[in-house]
Amino acid sequence: MKRFVGFIKKEFYHILRDYRSLLILIGMPVVQILIFGFAISNDIKDAKIAILDNSKDEITQKLTQKILSSGYFILEKNISGTGDIENSFKQGKVKQVIIFENDFGKKLKKEGRASVQIISDASDPNTANILVNYTNAIISSFQMEMMKSQVIPFQIIPEVKLFYNPEMKSVFMFIPGTITLLLMLVSAMMTSISIAREKELGTMEVLLVSPLKPIQIIAGKVVPYILLSFINAVTILLLGYFVFNMPFNGSLTLLLSECLLFLIVALSLGIFISTFANNQLTAMIASMLGLMLPTILLSGFIFPIENMPGWLQVICNITPAKWFLIIIKSIMLKGIGLKYIIKENLVLIGMIMFFIAMSVKKFKVRLE
Amino acid sequence: MLYALSPVQIIEVKNLFKKFGSFTANDDLTFDVKQGEIFGFLGANGAGKTTAIKILCGLSKPTSGEVKVAGFDVYTQTENIKKNIGYMSQKFSLYEDLTVTENIRFYAGIYGISRKEIKERTNILVEKLHLESVKDTLIKSLPLGWKQKLAFSVAIFHEPKIVFLDEPTSGVDPITRRQFWEMIYEAANNDMTVFVTTHYLDEAEYCNRVSIMVDGRIDALDSPKNLKEKYNAENMNEVFLKLARK
Repeated sequence: MKRFVGFIKKEFYHILRDYRSLLILIGMPVVQILIFGFAISNDIKDAKIAILDNSKDEITQKLTQKILSSGYFILEKNISGTGDIENSFKQGKVKQVIIFENDFGKKLKKEGRASVQIISDASDPNTANILVNYTNAIISSFQMEMMKSQVIPFQIIPEVKLFYNPEMKSVFMFIPGTITLLLMLVSAMMTSISIAREKELGTMEVLLVSPLKPIQIIAGKVVPYILLSFINAVTILLLGYFVFNMPFNGSLTLLLSECLLFLIVALSLGIFISTFANNQLTAMIASMLGLMLPTILLSGFIFPIENMPGWLQVICNITPAKWFLIIIKSIMLKGIGLKYIIKENLVLIGMIMFFIAMSVKKFKVRLE
Repeated sequence: MLYALSPVQIIEVKNLFKKFGSFTANDDLTFDVKQGEIFGFLGANGAGKTTAIKILCGLSKPTSGEVKVAGFDVYTQTENIKKNIGYMSQKFSLYEDLTVTENIRFYAGIYGISRKEIKERTNILVEKLHLESVKDTLIKSLPLGWKQKLAFSVAIFHEPKIVFLDEPTSGVDPITRRQFWEMIYEAANNDMTVFVTTHYLDEAEYCNRVSIMVDGRIDALDSPKNLKEKYNAENMNEVFLKLARK
């Protein structure tokens, strides 16, 4: 035990003396959460639009008013001919053009139908999609208002309620996502790098020749990073709670235990990487490509898994981050208890056992 | 160079084979090393030296054969072997971002030496190596020669029965190499067995006995003097070339 304590002490010397890495380790979560929280947002406000009103009657005026007063749009300019549409887009300011057809009001009253064309700049498909949806919603609500004055035989009024994130804030997505990403990166990347460093410097040989058992060496390398990653997780949770008002509906103990479980998954992955990476660079690249990209792209953090093709969904299933993201969102937003996330927990535990078994196997092969 | 062969065999190897698939890295090695001896383990790169050293250090198991190190069996008693050996590689294996005393404390600590003893002996060692002025300096700012001496002292700090030196003098200037060999002699005089591999064939002359490996086999094993006579050579370099070209 005394040997082990000495080992951990040495490990902390490494971490504390490499103050640049330490700064990144501690600073990265703070910077990342602030960037994700404030800068990256799917909620669009004040999108610039242009309007081509060929009718210029009372109804088009009212509808234009309604669109502009929604808060989502700002009128950049009124244009007078179809030739201006492309120019407006090309200048890059205008995101959407709304075109009312000739005699819009008259047709609406006489024939009961009139058309409005929405042209969106889809060079940024997400924004285009969102703006079109906003416009559609405003137009249908305008329609409803107009119908109030008439007697209609029946009416279906959908009442929409958004559970767990009523304002649909994207920051509620990013905080769980960022915790996942950081726990993965710090734990897996840093452990794999620090084990690879011992190999590169030749100190690993000396440790293996010493009476320390391999399990003690690995545990000694891992324990300091468990501590650091845990501090990171708590920092992000605090930031989420105090800066972004992220709700904590579930049990804090459960949440922290799940963080610890995911940490161990990440660490076992880091150990696995270090069994084949013989230098720090390989370890870093393997962790970056092998862990960071799947964690961002395939975990449901940014892109919804349901929309992916079937074969990709299978790959998502072997991404540990996917399961942890489900767990952490369920606990924080839905406030549910352990019994609803048993499957996800079992998957993570299975992954730990798999990576440890693989590492031990590789380790033995190397020795023989 | 006179020395009396000690009767105690500290390393005994009989018919050692180590195979990786169809490749035979160690092909029927049989040799022994006596206590207090400086044993040179020579061979070209890829001749199987490293594989053999790994087996002797308990890091790897032989495919077949009998191997005993410090009286313990490499198949079953690696724990005991590890307690009784020291190891130093050409990379010196000190932590660059730790100070001189921290390195000593760490390595001594993993061998289970008590804190009090570490403290006392660290002071003696630092004084002996004339490192008083840099004992709290990080290793990375020390010159190579100092690192090498320190690495050796750290490797034998727990007073092992045998110390394995894997090309300990690579990339070091001739004067430092000379000083390093003085340290090796001192350790051998204190009855420590020194098992050393080297690229420098002039260093082979400093050993009590030398074995030369070619393609996984030991082709020659004797004192440098006898080897030179047998192969009718001026120096160990010629002996080596004659064997390698055979």
